[in-house]
Amino acid sequence: MAISRTRARLARGPVALTAIAATALLALSACAPGGNAPVASDVDVSTELTTEDVVLTIADETGFPLTDELAAEFTKQHPNVTFNVTRDTFQNLTAAAPKLLASDTPPDLIRLPTIGDTVQDGLIANLDPWAEAYGWDKWSEAQLAPLRVNEDGVRGSGSLYQLGLGYSVTGIYMNKTHAEALGIDEVPTTIAEFEEDLALAKEAGILPIMAGDLDGVVNFVVQAAMNQYNDPKEMMDWILNVPGATYDTPGNVKGADLVRSWADKGYFPSDINAIDYASFVSRFQGGEGLFTFNGNWAAADTQAKMGENVDFFLVPTAEEGGNHVAMGAANSFSVAAGSKHLNEIVYFLNWIHTDPTARQIVTDVTGAAPGGDPAQEQPTVEPGSLIEKALAMSAVIGAENGQVDFMANATAGIYAGSIIPESQLLVTSQITGQEFVTRVQEFYAQELAG
Amino acid sequence: MKSSIAPRRAAAKAAARRGTLSGWAFSVPALVFYAAFVIYPLILGIQYSFYKWNGVGPSEFVGLKNYIRVFTDSTLLGSIGNAFVLIAFFTLIPVTAGLVLATLIRSMRPGPFSSLSQTILFLPQIIPLAAAGIAWSWMYAQTGAINQVLNAIGLGALARPWLGDFQTALPAVGLIGSWVLTGLCTVLFLTGIGKIDQSLYEAVRLDGASWWREFITITIPGLRQEIAVLVTITIIAALSSFDIIYTTTLGGPGRSTLVPGISIYRIGFTQSNVGLASAFGIVLMILVLACVLPIQRLARASSK
Repeated sequence: MAISRTRARLARGPVALTAIAATALLALSACAPGGNAPVASDVDVSTELTTEDVVLTIADETGFPLTDELAAEFTKQHPNVTFNVTRDTFQNLTAAAPKLLASDTPPDLIRLPTIGDTVQDGLIANLDPWAEAYGWDKWSEAQLAPLRVNEDGVRGSGSLYQLGLGYSVTGIYMNKTHAEALGIDEVPTTIAEFEEDLALAKEAGILPIMAGDLDGVVNFVVQAAMNQYNDPKEMMDWILNVPGATYDTPGNVKGADLVRSWADKGYFPSDINAIDYASFVSRFQGGEGLFTFNGNWAAADTQAKMGENVDFFLVPTAEEGGNHVAMGAANSFSVAAGSKHLNEIVYFLNWIHTDPTARQIVTDVTGAAPGGDPAQEQPTVEPGSLIEKALAMSAVIGAENGQVDFMANATAGIYAGSIIPESQLLVTSQITGQEFVTRVQEFYAQELAG
Repeated sequence: MKSSIAPRRAAAKAAARRGTLSGWAFSVPALVFYAAFVIYPLILGIQYSFYKWNGVGPSEFVGLKNYIRVFTDSTLLGSIGNAFVLIAFFTLIPVTAGLVLATLIRSMRPGPFSSLSQTILFLPQIIPLAAAGIAWSWMYAQTGAINQVLNAIGLGALARPWLGDFQTALPAVGLIGSWVLTGLCTVLFLTGIGKIDQSLYEAVRLDGASWWREFITITIPGLRQEIAVLVTITIIAALSSFDIIYTTTLGGPGRSTLVPGISIYRIGFTQSNVGLASAFGIVLMILVLACVLPIQRLARASSK
């Protein structure tokens, strides 16, 4: 009897487990995962701000205090509206965004660098009705176009799904103390001149380019080089996922090869793959390196740390007098389709683009133009400051139609999955420009195909 | 007589059944949690692995496509290779070092020095891996403690950005794992040695055995169970490592420290390809089981 009981018990365990598993599988196989996107709340579009007490939630990136300051100013002007701002790192926020938006309590406003499938899945709000109500058609269409998504899910045209809080522009910072010591009295205006300066620095034992690639930021340099040999529209189409667009262009290969040649000549720090964004910025501000590639968002901080000893200019062109091309993008935010306060959060977005104090905050904090209606008065900046230079650079890029988005924004996975690891090989002279371009394009095609 | 036995048997049977029932009743809370947080997600994971799904929108059944991709994608296979290299650092080094250290501490006279060394060795175990990763990445930096020491003793030529160098990055992150796990191994081995019959040691000593002989014939066989447990735990830690890599190299430079944990996270959460991430997760689970089950069997067989 004892034996038979043990046997029965032995048999019962697996049987019970199999039964549980089978039932669960049956229950699950009845329906495929996913498929029930949140239904957009049905609201009447209004441009009047509510008088009721409202708490608006914002999910933003760590290290970008702009939304905090704008929220504080808005609450000062409209005490019934308060804010709850949560922050996470760029990587974590991009990874979590679809789940945050699909939840029952999505943030009203979210920093969304890559739109991905969010439009097809019905997660973010179509802003067209408000654009019409507020008259955003007077705004610069060049700035709004990348924030649009058409019916096929391609960015660049169609309905408006995002707005930018500040519009970035990138360029080169130069340490003026080192430049003077090397006898460089003017910023370079062509790639050839720039390379002469790099060689001068190397010869004098000064690090020519401060850059880091632990987290991929050396791609400011890689893309800046590519931009000078490319039709910006080609790169932009590729980033916007226009069907047929390719990364494998002669211009991109030439730019990547140029960066490889700089790596061969020892123009980058020897520990480049162990340096992250924060380290390369602070090492440049601490006096290491003649040049560094970065954006206007670093202008205010760099000015504070280096005072008058720093200059900021657009990446020189391949040919003398050529059109300038620079990476730049809206710091794009989207409104959750499931937001309970659609009218209020869009009122806030419109206010950021139209209220003089808000526009001043955008420029002071980000060093970027506030966008909106070009006819509106521009914020004031200190004469001779880096921010003034940054605004002038933005104006040049606008006039020469040379703005391209960051290639990291092409797809959600391309930066971590391909651009970073391949650029780590490129800047340590282990692959050629052609290999870099081919591998990135292969990853891109595979990710878009799913 | 028959009539008196039969009801007694029935009563015994009923009691036994009641015993089994109450046994199940006691394990119900644990079973519910196990089913809800282990079995159910596992079954979901298996289901997802057959779909193309971004985690939110509609999904599409794709059969074995995700599994085929796992076994044909050189990047994914490379990350599995790196995880196996990590076994040397997460398992071989800590278990060997733990055995030696435990024997040494054991041979020390009990006192403040031996308990101090135990505490120091165990300290890394209570530090979160993420924090350990950040602290070590400072030490490994170009201007970090390790290169400073090398420069100070005249070995400046060896100084390098340890985590940024293609040749040294994987061993460097592996050694962080060794540092963390050695303490655990030492402490577990110490308690194991304590359970070994002291008369065995006296016997070999009377036979004139050396320290090494003693170690091989008494200590190691006596610690069979502990060795099996630690090898199991550390192999799992190596194959499913994530936090140390995430806080130090993010898988770089290139893909030299890319491990399955990082790949799965990126595919699932950054690229929103839940199906492929699930398939890779299932493959990783089978891989871990394939490594760990034989060890369990070996330990059980040798203890009989």
